[in-house]
Amino acid sequence: MTALLATEGLQAFYGDAQALFGVDFALHAGELLAIIGANGAGKSTLLKCLTGLVRAPRDAVRFKGEPIGGLPPGEIVRRGLAMVPEGRRLFPSLSVEENLLMGAASGRSGPWNLKRLYEMFPILAHKRGEPGTSLSGGQQQMVALGRALMSNPEVLLCDELSLGLAPIVIREIYAAMPRITAEGMTVVIVEQDVGMAQQVSQRVYCLQEGRVSLTGRSSELTRAQISQAYFGLEAHAEAAP
Amino acid sequence: MIETLIQGLLLGGLYTLFALGLSLMFGVMRLTNVAQGDFIILAAFAAIAGVSLTGSAPLWVVLAVLPIAFCAGYLLQRHVLNRTLGKDPLPSLVVTFGLSIVIQNLLLELFSADPRSIEIGPLATQSLQLGDSLALGVLPLVVLAVALAATAAMQWMFARTPLGRTFRAVSDDREIAELMGLKANQVYALATGIAFVLIAIAGALQGMRTTVSPSDGPLLLLFVFEAVIIGGMGSFWGTLAGAMILGLAQQIGFRLDPGWGIWFGHLVFLAVLVLRPQGLFPKTRG
Repeated sequence: MTALLATEGLQAFYGDAQALFGVDFALHAGELLAIIGANGAGKSTLLKCLTGLVRAPRDAVRFKGEPIGGLPPGEIVRRGLAMVPEGRRLFPSLSVEENLLMGAASGRSGPWNLKRLYEMFPILAHKRGEPGTSLSGGQQQMVALGRALMSNPEVLLCDELSLGLAPIVIREIYAAMPRITAEGMTVVIVEQDVGMAQQVSQRVYCLQEGRVSLTGRSSELTRAQISQAYFGLEAHAEAAP
Repeated sequence: MIETLIQGLLLGGLYTLFALGLSLMFGVMRLTNVAQGDFIILAAFAAIAGVSLTGSAPLWVVLAVLPIAFCAGYLLQRHVLNRTLGKDPLPSLVVTFGLSIVIQNLLLELFSADPRSIEIGPLATQSLQLGDSLALGVLPLVVLAVALAATAAMQWMFARTPLGRTFRAVSDDREIAELMGLKANQVYALATGIAFVLIAIAGALQGMRTTVSPSDGPLLLLFVFEAVIIGGMGSFWGTLAGAMILGLAQQIGFRLDPGWGIWFGHLVFLAVLVLRPQGLFPKTRG
């Protein structure tokens, strides 16, 4: 099975500092995949390479077989990759609805529009005229997720959805995932909450110091395997696509 | 006394038009256009040249200059100023400062140092008689009306239209705006195009109400800075208010002593800078 989105030997740098050391990563259509790892393991860097926020060599990233490494972020979103950025990063001068509408700037059409988002997150409909950044953290995360969905992507990349949120709010946000994947959307979540990541995803990649330390089916990985991969001890699980 | 206040507001209207373009460019891309005053004078000379070359009525010439100004602003931003943007504000300051020198010398070469104006016939001297002792010039009233309309239009565009939404988004967070599929360089070019239309309107009206000469730009820039800083950076109503306060201060100064006008404006500007450096009405937009 050819991958929908893949990296091959991906290396990434911040100035002189190397963040990724030859990451091989493959994402298949329709799956929900989780990337886990400690702080500084390179999870966010990997997502940023996929969306063009961090420069990658042209051939190191392929989407539907085409090389997209190093393309500008706007070009990548037009091809169908959208990201919910770490820390939500809503536009402070824009209302909730205006923030959502910015997500549609790429001009892609599909099932997601304001009406559907307001059905999924009714609270946003009530607060549509308020400044996006005046909402609670969980509601802001709903706006950030909705803004990415408004571009009707084929692949949705979510960076730390649970960051700084209360457990009940995290569950509320992840409760929306089945409705998102029901449309056949492929989803990647970067998550520090390993339990949550394993629970919602079908497959897991664990990164450690810029390298893939473990991959496998979420249901088949043991806690011991994950903590070994997470904290830097050598471990190999069956890599099942 | 009332006459002084009214004259101050009329002058403030002119300063508003001078400053709106700078306020827009700063608001969208944090770019301070040091050549703002020189572009205003350049626009005035473009209108003067247009009138004398074609012999058409000034109004038609000015209307023809507006789209040219938009294109000039768009192309300047796209091909020159976008390259100067970044975390460091110095490159854009240096480049626009260089443009200021180029424009002054270009105008000097083409038009000599003689002051010129746009001939508008009797409109230049017509006035409305209000009561026994008060008469208001028609042209300054037109300038004030245009300034109010332009400020309201800019505020509406920024707060209510899809274009304004993209301006605010790119201004808030360029990286995320690009991640959404916006082309920031193109958005910036549109903003500068619009700023240059405002500059052309300001230049044409300045050329109608008084004479202009190639070296006038820096003094206009000073008034623009004073208006924008008194009002608060990046807010259109604030810019209008700042320009009005500056106009009033200068007129009151002129009334006290004919040599004190501009100096009085500087004093008010310095007082605001010391007491309320963020400006009197910061960020009222959106």
